[in-house]
Amino acid sequence: MKRIISVLVENKAGVLSRTAGLFARRGFNIESLAVGETEDRSVSRMTIVARGDERTLEQVEKQLNKQIDVIKVRMLPAETATRRELVLVKVNADQQNRGGIIDIASILNAKIVDLSHTTLTVELCDRPEKVDLLLEMLTPYGIAEVARTGMVALQKGSEAIRTI
Amino acid sequence: MITGAQAMVESLKQEGVSTVFGYPGAAICPFYDALRGSGIQHILVRSEQNAGHAASGYARITGRPAVCIATSGPGATNLFTAIATAYMDSIPLVVITGQVETRLLGRDVFQEVDTTGAAEPFTKYGYLVKEVREIPRVFKEAFHIASTGRKGPVLIDMPVDVQQQSLPFAYPASVDIRGYKPRFKGHPVQVKRVAQAICAAKKPLLCVGGGVHAADAAERVCRFCEQCGMPAVSTLMGIGVFPSAHPLYFGMLGQSGFRSANRAVEESDLLVIIGARVGDRAVNSPSALEQATEVVHIDIDSAEIGKNLGATIPLVGDAGAVIEQLCEQKPSGVWEQWLSHLRELREQEPRPYTEKPGAADPRRLVEALSEKMEPDAVYVADVGQNQLWSARYYRARGGRFLTSGGMGTMGYALPAAVGAKLAAPNRQVVAVCGDGSFQMSMMELGTAVQHGVDVKLVVVRNNRLGLVREIQQNRYGGREIAVDLSGSPSACGIAAAYGIPAWQVSDNGSLGQAVERLLRTDGPALIECLVDPKEATE
Repeated sequence: MKRIISVLVENKAGVLSRTAGLFARRGFNIESLAVGETEDRSVSRMTIVARGDERTLEQVEKQLNKQIDVIKVRMLPAETATRRELVLVKVNADQQNRGGIIDIASILNAKIVDLSHTTLTVELCDRPEKVDLLLEMLTPYGIAEVARTGMVALQKGSEAIRTI
Repeated sequence: MITGAQAMVESLKQEGVSTVFGYPGAAICPFYDALRGSGIQHILVRSEQNAGHAASGYARITGRPAVCIATSGPGATNLFTAIATAYMDSIPLVVITGQVETRLLGRDVFQEVDTTGAAEPFTKYGYLVKEVREIPRVFKEAFHIASTGRKGPVLIDMPVDVQQQSLPFAYPASVDIRGYKPRFKGHPVQVKRVAQAICAAKKPLLCVGGGVHAADAAERVCRFCEQCGMPAVSTLMGIGVFPSAHPLYFGMLGQSGFRSANRAVEESDLLVIIGARVGDRAVNSPSALEQATEVVHIDIDSAEIGKNLGATIPLVGDAGAVIEQLCEQKPSGVWEQWLSHLRELREQEPRPYTEKPGAADPRRLVEALSEKMEPDAVYVADVGQNQLWSARYYRARGGRFLTSGGMGTMGYALPAAVGAKLAAPNRQVVAVCGDGSFQMSMMELGTAVQHGVDVKLVVVRNNRLGLVREIQQNRYGGREIAVDLSGSPSACGIAAAYGIPAWQVSDNGSLGQAVERLLRTDGPALIECLVDPKEATE
């Protein structure tokens, strides 16, 4: 089972290592972790995608809540969340096959952001499934490098996770 | 304006700290300088680890966070075993370490180690203080975090230059940490559900753990059982919640516990666990248990509920607060048949006392100590066979039983006893060690003598690492290796070197007299009790 966990934490030194360390120590499987400031500069949001059975995921939530620097933990069901991930893919491309890559990018609403004699760099910001699809479609051309941010997510609708 | 070091000392005073345990070094010198003439008593230990254990013994008796101090680098790393020991047993400590200058952090300079980073997995929280103005807030928060919720050690790492800078001192009146709001009272709906489950049970059993001591709720828990007539067992950490002779108490459970207590757990139809984390040594097979029994789990740390054992009814809160709420519900039942069955089981418990030439029976030794000590005495058990004999044969009569339960740290008893005695100068304090564990902290006899700390020490001597030897005998085909302690000094000789009176005892007949003499002696004293190396842990 896969779960998106949105965690509001104090924006200060050591919090990331404490939280990441917790996953390693307790043997929790983590698929991605993205962190950045929020509307309140004293607060950062971590978006964690974790895998495990029901009991393990409940432990993940509790262990996160137990951290002094963790202000709020919220599980986000995939269907009620707006999810995005940014990917940059450097793919091998020569004059012959460049057109095919550009077609794939355009179908998936990805952008070509850099170009060289032997490569193209494609950027896509979309749901993680779309990012996976882009990578799958580009694989036959030979992927030279990939950088993914990990997923960030917000719940749909007007409700927000508050720190108080 | 005062210096950072003075602010540290002033903060300790504001927290009512009167005794601290430590070992100085260059990076903590400004603090030590400010400590002079402050009125706070400093107990100089002989190794930093023992400053942590002594603080642990002190905190367990006072119920308040105790303070230990070390310098940067090796001072800090030597403390780690004690910090981890306190963490595993939820003992409130405020640990202060010196650190290299802030401008040198991360350069691997002399005696530098990333103390907060390295201690992170076994501290409740840690601060690296880079701004002198933060000292009052950090100290206020550290004491608050250490002593509330699930208690534990909090580390304050203090770079030496920050100790030397100046600040206007004002100690905050309150703490506001938005991510830390521990729950104290149990949720009323859950409390009602627990009370109903107790009423509906045919074979209910309460299991008490160290959380009951942490909440200072032993009496309230006993009263609850008496009020509703429900029987109880205890974990290693819960020993002493019930007097051993209490008619509703059926002993310690677990791998080293009594068969009757384990049978009681297996046969119960409702197990109410309070302040215990269902560790592997207490409950060997949680999955079997959760299928067989309805489980109520009461703990101040919600993460403990469901971690090792699934609970039918989870209840988060302080053991004392929750038990009061439960008392108000007045649950009761007719359990006479269940109780008489438990009494039968207890009667059938084997009594493996031994009579061997030239050796005393460690079981009888522990019983003699329990009997001769004053009722409110503090018994500190070390780790090894001595711990398990102590846990099984110690007879609680209102005193405290302290030991390193979670970590199983050898060498804990003597320094913890020093701390306990300083916390309760009017109570007898006895440390019981093996000859292995004694040699891990025997240098603390110096601390006891220097500071006039009246601890009594019993060294159970078999010239072996007995528990490991037993494992090698039982599980490794009797192939013994590295468990022979030949070459060890006489414990009496060591005591004599410190000017401490000591006696050897090597037969059951002399145990009572030896124990009486030990307890009668003014100041620190020691008995070396010879036991047979083949004595089983039962």
